[in-house]
Amino acid sequence: MSVPPLLEVRGLAKRFRGLQAVDGVSFAVPKGGIVALIGPNGAGKTTTFNLIAGVFAPDRGSVVLDGADITGLRPDRACHAGIGRTFQMVKPFGALTVLENVMVGAFKASADSGAVRQAALEILDRLGLAGKAGTVANSLTLPERKKLETARALATRPKILLLDEVMAGLRPTEIDAMVRTFADLSREMGLAILLTEHVMRAVMALSHHIVVLHHGQKICEGTPEQVSRDPRVLECYLGSAATAVGMG
Amino acid sequence: MLYLDIIIAGLLTGAVYGLMALGLSVIFGVIRVVNFAHGEMMVVGMYAAYLIAVKTGLDPIAALPLVTAGLFLLGYALQRGLINRYIARPEHEQFLLLLAIATIITASLLMGFGPDARSVQLDYAYDSFQLGPLLLDKVRVLAAVGAVLGVALLWGFFRLTRTGKAIRACADNQIGAQVVGLDVKRLYAVTFGLGAACVGAAGCLMLLLIDVQPYIATDYTLLAFIIVILGGLGSMPGALLGGALVGVSEALSGFAVDPSLKSAFSFALLILVLLVRPQGLLGRA
Amino acid sequence: MRSGRFPILPRRAAAALALFVAAMLALPFFVNSYIVSVLVVVLFAAYFGQAWNIVTGFAGQLSLGHALYVGLGAYTSAALFTRYGLPPWIGMLAGIAVAALAGGIIAALSFRFRVGGVYFALLTIAFAEFTRILFDHFDGVGAASGLFLPVSSLARDDVLLLRGSPVMFYYLLLALTLGALALCHDLLRRRIGYYWQAIREDEEAAQALGIDVFRYKVAAMALSAAMTSVGGAFLAFYENNLYPDTVFAVGRSIEIITAPIIGGLGTLFGPILGAFVLTTLGEAMTSLSSGFTLNGLKQWCYGAALLLIVALQPAGLWPWLRARLGIGAVRR
Repeated sequence: MSVPPLLEVRGLAKRFRGLQAVDGVSFAVPKGGIVALIGPNGAGKTTTFNLIAGVFAPDRGSVVLDGADITGLRPDRACHAGIGRTFQMVKPFGALTVLENVMVGAFKASADSGAVRQAALEILDRLGLAGKAGTVANSLTLPERKKLETARALATRPKILLLDEVMAGLRPTEIDAMVRTFADLSREMGLAILLTEHVMRAVMALSHHIVVLHHGQKICEGTPEQVSRDPRVLECYLGSAATAVGMG
Repeated sequence: MLYLDIIIAGLLTGAVYGLMALGLSVIFGVIRVVNFAHGEMMVVGMYAAYLIAVKTGLDPIAALPLVTAGLFLLGYALQRGLINRYIARPEHEQFLLLLAIATIITASLLMGFGPDARSVQLDYAYDSFQLGPLLLDKVRVLAAVGAVLGVALLWGFFRLTRTGKAIRACADNQIGAQVVGLDVKRLYAVTFGLGAACVGAAGCLMLLLIDVQPYIATDYTLLAFIIVILGGLGSMPGALLGGALVGVSEALSGFAVDPSLKSAFSFALLILVLLVRPQGLLGRA
Repeated sequence: MRSGRFPILPRRAAAALALFVAAMLALPFFVNSYIVSVLVVVLFAAYFGQAWNIVTGFAGQLSLGHALYVGLGAYTSAALFTRYGLPPWIGMLAGIAVAALAGGIIAALSFRFRVGGVYFALLTIAFAEFTRILFDHFDGVGAASGLFLPVSSLARDDVLLLRGSPVMFYYLLLALTLGALALCHDLLRRRIGYYWQAIREDEEAAQALGIDVFRYKVAAMALSAAMTSVGGAFLAFYENNLYPDTVFAVGRSIEIITAPIIGGLGTLFGPILGAFVLTTLGEAMTSLSSGFTLNGLKQWCYGAALLLIVALQPAGLWPWLRARLGIGAVRR
């Protein structure tokens, strides 16, 4: 295939006060593809997300989205370029209702409040939050807040959605439902997804391709089957599997 | 030599300003609450020293330990009884709370002492030292020595005592401090008490330099803000440096330009620092 | 699920608003001139509170120096009137430009250098105080001895020149306050209103949703300053004299922000309710304490009342009253 990938990350590196959080990481996400970024705690997943979404500028490396270089672009500009992201530590607009939260995202595409409201309601419906539309975000449960994060990011109509542990705290049946939702979204809208997740059940069911990070470096990548059989992954990952399972 | 005299006088006054502002800085640095009643608390200290001087004839410097202890208790009680409940609340609620406290303090002083300016008569008020080519006012030197001692004591407290170290741990990482079992609320009360004690001591020393009147409180609250931001909110040496800068700037502009413009220079200094180095001269980024 | 929370005013709230407007329109016919003068003070406080509420209540940036924009609006229109005979309505436009520029510059400088939170609040005080002292020495507008407008000798009210009775000012200010209410209501329904609130709630999340946080914060401050300056112009022509020490005073900045906080920060009707409560409280204390001659009693009661409100209703009186009246949320 000679089609260029939707998102291409090349040689990304970032150092914080003596800690090399991300060290020369490269990978790509094709259009409509679902890629998982996994690794033990502290492997550099969230930092990689933040580098892609423009929270920090990388020390080295580049991020190209749909042919445009977005390296080091401010978060709002990155969003306009087509990056939609969620936060691992959820950041709801607490005093606003669920619907209003999502409307904030949907205002990126239009200034017409009526149309924006309609678009937001559709997204809430899709994620099973329609019943909570009028609830103030502060009174949501944690899994609901995670869904709200996703809904808000989706409302900006991204080309690629960055999901940072949105399944944490969900029950197995809810996880399966979310997996289905994301798979449908990706298929129907050609939406690409990059996710980090400790819930292996979701990672295995959802992703087409998995990138494994350890100590800020990519140690291997491949299909879920390939990765799960890779000895290096077993070594680093299962070595700390206790924590990973504990998180899930 | 005239300018040098003025600069030295400014530095000496600045030391007292520094002690006053240090109280604000410590409170903010640890509790993350801006004490909008700071000037009011200083004025309480001034009136306490005044009252002691009138009733017993004790010099404000001699009254200082008592006043400082009293202000410590006041600050401790305020934090325990009221402010602790507002720590996690939005800024504007904290502002309203401290505004209410400030209003009540000023009103109480008005009811107790009336609006007229009061001062203590010191028999050494016009004494001065000759130090080489310099001419130093005795009251300013005494005030500055007192201020520097106060700062040194506080510094020692934070470095050497258990409680002091615990408070520093709280300031660095509140949740961590809770996890290791520190009683954060009590430490906050001690901190607010210490902040109040600083400003109370500064009040005693200020009484050597100026008259006291309930309405001067707001000006000193603002002055304390200027100083801590100049030096860096939460930085102890920063408060002293800020105090010295403002003291000198006031003395010079009051002499060379116009006394009524002296606070304009302080504000200009503040705006400049905020725009060029928002974390303050000695603040951490 | 509460779906009545959305843009359309719930019927009950609309009825309550209509009743309020009717009562305010009729009031001057039934009360004496003292009450009218108190109501003028209420309306000034309500209007200034509404203007301040935009930057702090909606956009979440705590400004403690709004007296600056009152003063710029007041001095610009008054000076243009006394020196060049420019009608106040034109001077007001000049005041808007000056205040919006000042507010925009202060906000831009602060937010550009990431001066946020407490630092921003203290910077706003610093600029206001700095300007106050400058005006104390600005001879072109009378410096510390004040700027005076010629007192009207007209028998009739002249709306064009803003010379007239307190009743005329009452109606003008009522129109201004209701206009501000309509504007705020409209703003909150638009993209800009949603963006401001998103920034207030969580700046990082707002930015991740494509919001240019810097631009919207500066816009909030400029608009708030511009609106405040209009009130300042009316204040100049109502009081006929301007002193830097009262117009630009820190005390005024604090007064401006107290009413909306007490009424309910970020709400539409909070600033108006807060203005009524605070002004009435102040007047009651004054008339009460005129019986004795104890200095400070008035302030003491005022402080105690503030303390009571912040202890019992920290989110403000309007959200509480709204629930009591059974008016769904007009918004929030």
